[in-house]
Amino acid sequence: MAHPRPTPRPQAVYFFGTCLIDLFYPGAGLAGIKLLQSQGIEVIFPPDQSCCGQPAYSAGHSEEAAAVARAQIALFAKDIPIVVPSGSCAGMMKKHYPELFHGTPMQAEVEDFSARVYELTQFLVDVLDLRLDDLGAPAKVAYHPSCHAMREMGVGDQPKSLIRQLAQVELVNIPRERECCGFGGTFAVRHAEVSAAMVGDKIDAIGQTQADVVISSDCGCLMNIGGALEAAQRPTRPLHIAEFLWERINAR
Amino acid sequence: MPADFRASAQAPLADTQLRANFRRAMDGLISKRSAQFADPKEWKDLRSLGAAVRARSLLRLPQLLEALEAKLTANGIQVHWAETVEQGNAIIEGILARRGVTLAVKGKSMVSEEMHLNHALEQKGVEVIEADLGEYIIQLDHETPSHIIMPAIHKNTQQIARLFSQKIKDAEYTEDVAALTDLARRVLRRKFEDAGAGISGVNVAVAETGTLVLVENEGNGRMCTTVPPVHIAIMGLEKVVERLEEVPPILSLLTRSATGQPITTYVNMISGPRRPGEKDGPEEVHVVILDNGRSRIFADPQLRATLRCIRCGACMNHCPVYVRVGGHAYPGVYPGPIGKILTPQMAGLEVNGDLPHASTLCNACVEVCPVEIPIADLLVRLRREGGHNTHSTVKGVNSHHSAAETWIWRGWRLVYQTPMLYRLTSFFLSRFGWLVPASAPGLKTWTAVRSKPRFAARTLHDLVRDEKVPHE
Amino acid sequence: MSDARNAILGRLRAAGDIAKSALPAEDFTVVASRGWSPEAKLTRLRAAMEAVHTEFLDARSGDWVAMLRDWLVQEALPSLIYAPNTPLGAHLAAGWPGEPPLIPYDKAMNDWKPELFATQGAGITATRGGIAETGSLILWTDADQPRTLSLVPPVHIAVLDVNQLHDTMWQAMQDQGWAAELPTNLLLVSGPSKTADIEQTLAYGVHGPKRLLVVLV
Repeated sequence: MAHPRPTPRPQAVYFFGTCLIDLFYPGAGLAGIKLLQSQGIEVIFPPDQSCCGQPAYSAGHSEEAAAVARAQIALFAKDIPIVVPSGSCAGMMKKHYPELFHGTPMQAEVEDFSARVYELTQFLVDVLDLRLDDLGAPAKVAYHPSCHAMREMGVGDQPKSLIRQLAQVELVNIPRERECCGFGGTFAVRHAEVSAAMVGDKIDAIGQTQADVVISSDCGCLMNIGGALEAAQRPTRPLHIAEFLWERINAR
Repeated sequence: MPADFRASAQAPLADTQLRANFRRAMDGLISKRSAQFADPKEWKDLRSLGAAVRARSLLRLPQLLEALEAKLTANGIQVHWAETVEQGNAIIEGILARRGVTLAVKGKSMVSEEMHLNHALEQKGVEVIEADLGEYIIQLDHETPSHIIMPAIHKNTQQIARLFSQKIKDAEYTEDVAALTDLARRVLRRKFEDAGAGISGVNVAVAETGTLVLVENEGNGRMCTTVPPVHIAIMGLEKVVERLEEVPPILSLLTRSATGQPITTYVNMISGPRRPGEKDGPEEVHVVILDNGRSRIFADPQLRATLRCIRCGACMNHCPVYVRVGGHAYPGVYPGPIGKILTPQMAGLEVNGDLPHASTLCNACVEVCPVEIPIADLLVRLRREGGHNTHSTVKGVNSHHSAAETWIWRGWRLVYQTPMLYRLTSFFLSRFGWLVPASAPGLKTWTAVRSKPRFAARTLHDLVRDEKVPHE
Repeated sequence: MSDARNAILGRLRAAGDIAKSALPAEDFTVVASRGWSPEAKLTRLRAAMEAVHTEFLDARSGDWVAMLRDWLVQEALPSLIYAPNTPLGAHLAAGWPGEPPLIPYDKAMNDWKPELFATQGAGITATRGGIAETGSLILWTDADQPRTLSLVPPVHIAVLDVNQLHDTMWQAMQDQGWAAELPTNLLLVSGPSKTADIEQTLAYGVHGPKRLLVVLV
């Protein structure tokens, strides 16, 4: 796996919206774009993009994953960073694309592509050193780190460091915050009962924090946790980190 | 008959006591391990060394096994090879029969569980007593280990207290752990004294010196390998390393990852039977080297990494699935993430092909594996092998092939690689997706504990067009 | 069983890639010497061993035999089993005042197994030094120092020369040249026998010695 090259502040970046955000959480995607634009970065959104291919890859259908991946790679040809508002999709593109195309004629091209992939909060903190001015009302929030953001993308404190910049926001830790929420794509259906037990424990842990909002940087987790919170009629609101940050600095 | 993990997970999921027992135990193990690896640089360096030791050993496995055999033999240790568990059991039965052994004591050994050795020996009239306290507890209750390091971790003190008071002669009911331990000591001491043979596992076998390394806390391993006149050690063929100096990093990673101990109470390095003039130690030492599917796993360069495993159990300690279902929900003898890659390869995907799917691919196991086994990647690989005719060496390849699933993914591919089709699909989903009933297949399972996902009225593609975000 | 042997080795050799693959490099720095001073080594060893209930008798300033004898009397231990043909055993026997009785381990275990297993006393062994990092004693068993001497009696007493401490296990192995010559049984002992198999609760003395006393000399 190629290492991210040390990035001087670029003039322009690509934005890869991800399929879940496109269909279910478009506000999160738009907020991500606006956060980047607010820093004077030109954001390019190739309109033919669709999905990173992870669903097929994880299910063991690597040919299908590679075909979809190939279609995406062709759309991000310029030598500028590719910013992805999801640790899971970013992990797919950064870690698994090179494996999928290892030993093929596309290997070098794919390695170059993967080296340019950033998870959104990594890019905001590590490259842009984003400064936030909180205009929102006092709130208590909890952050759920996604497994793939942590363990495939190496996202550490970046999301929390952004939240901690917000003067009116109290950040609370979810007990056993590093434990998976139980989404896992087809796992949630194939092993529904284990998945239900996992997300049940997760919303209980979130409940213990008494947070108003639970934030994640992955829409798979949000769909799972948010869906379970809603079904159980819990008061905590799920929100993607980009949308949350954009709300706070615009006093919405 | 194919095993069904989903079905076997139901009962433990509903058992609140069991789940509480596992949760408490795993929380403890996680925090103890993390205290051991507080220095990230030391962890990184030690882990790289451990992974290198194991990877090197596997790349030279046939030579090292031959060298090990030669050195063990020179040390007076008798070496036996078993392709299958039946062969392995027959070898041990033969040794015990020749020596007229009717009582054997056994230290903890997962390979012996693989062989169902106790059962095989009991069929031949040999009583086998599990000497590790945890193993002894579950033997009394006719159970199998629920964890590879802590076999009785699913039981709490009250349950063990009840068991002892019912099964041990003249035992009074007590929940005092020291008293329960003392009770087991009294019973087992007699067995060590009387046993005709001791059986043990092997943590590491050293080719350079012909040494069997065995770690333990209780002293039962020492008893089994020292007091009876015959010692039989059983090892999977992957356990060998080339040089003695490769042992310290492996042991350090093993004990710290497993139980958060800097080292176990005892490290036994056994390099031969009793020599002339020595006052104790076994007269005969045997090693049984077991294959049982390992050489097939070895054949595949990627899946070979499965054999790096040093059986520390950290993967299960950190597994969000394991902590909720416990070890008994898993088929085979190895539970948790390592079991999900090892069991299907040993028994075949036709039997355990569903196991690699019983994971969210959260990578918690990968993060803590002390020898860098890419467990998540291997799970994905096995999922692929189950559904495709890949001509690989994996047993049961393509046994879970589903035409419907194949067509679904082909359709998915067509939509997501063709921008026009994707635009069309997302157009319809954003307008009419809400019409999909919560009771639709798949969605019904999802909505059992979650609300139905709501398609946004306008996609991100729509929004960026409105905002005039540049296309290139 | 050579059929099984040849079949197994044949299958392993059939993996064509292994001969062509480069062996990953090993860097042992992380398990090598820590550069600790003698005092630091002793402090670490003690801390690690005391954390798992090992007891210490610091006899560096006096006559360790007399001090040990006082300890045995104080702990009401009825006897002390020792290895008479070792230098340690000879020294011990030469200065022993008589009570509690010294019992020589001078015959095969099988010749006195019931008596050995019934002992309520202590067994004393020499050590080949210790390992500071993990708090471990190195026990080298041989014809004169049997394995069961440190295993069967409920109390194990180990005499440790504080000048014989190594930083790590790897370092001890290098310094003492283990790879060149190993006994039938080399043992590292890091505390009294223990278990956590009942609900993660530590209990001592499950099969091996219930107590471990290290005599520092």
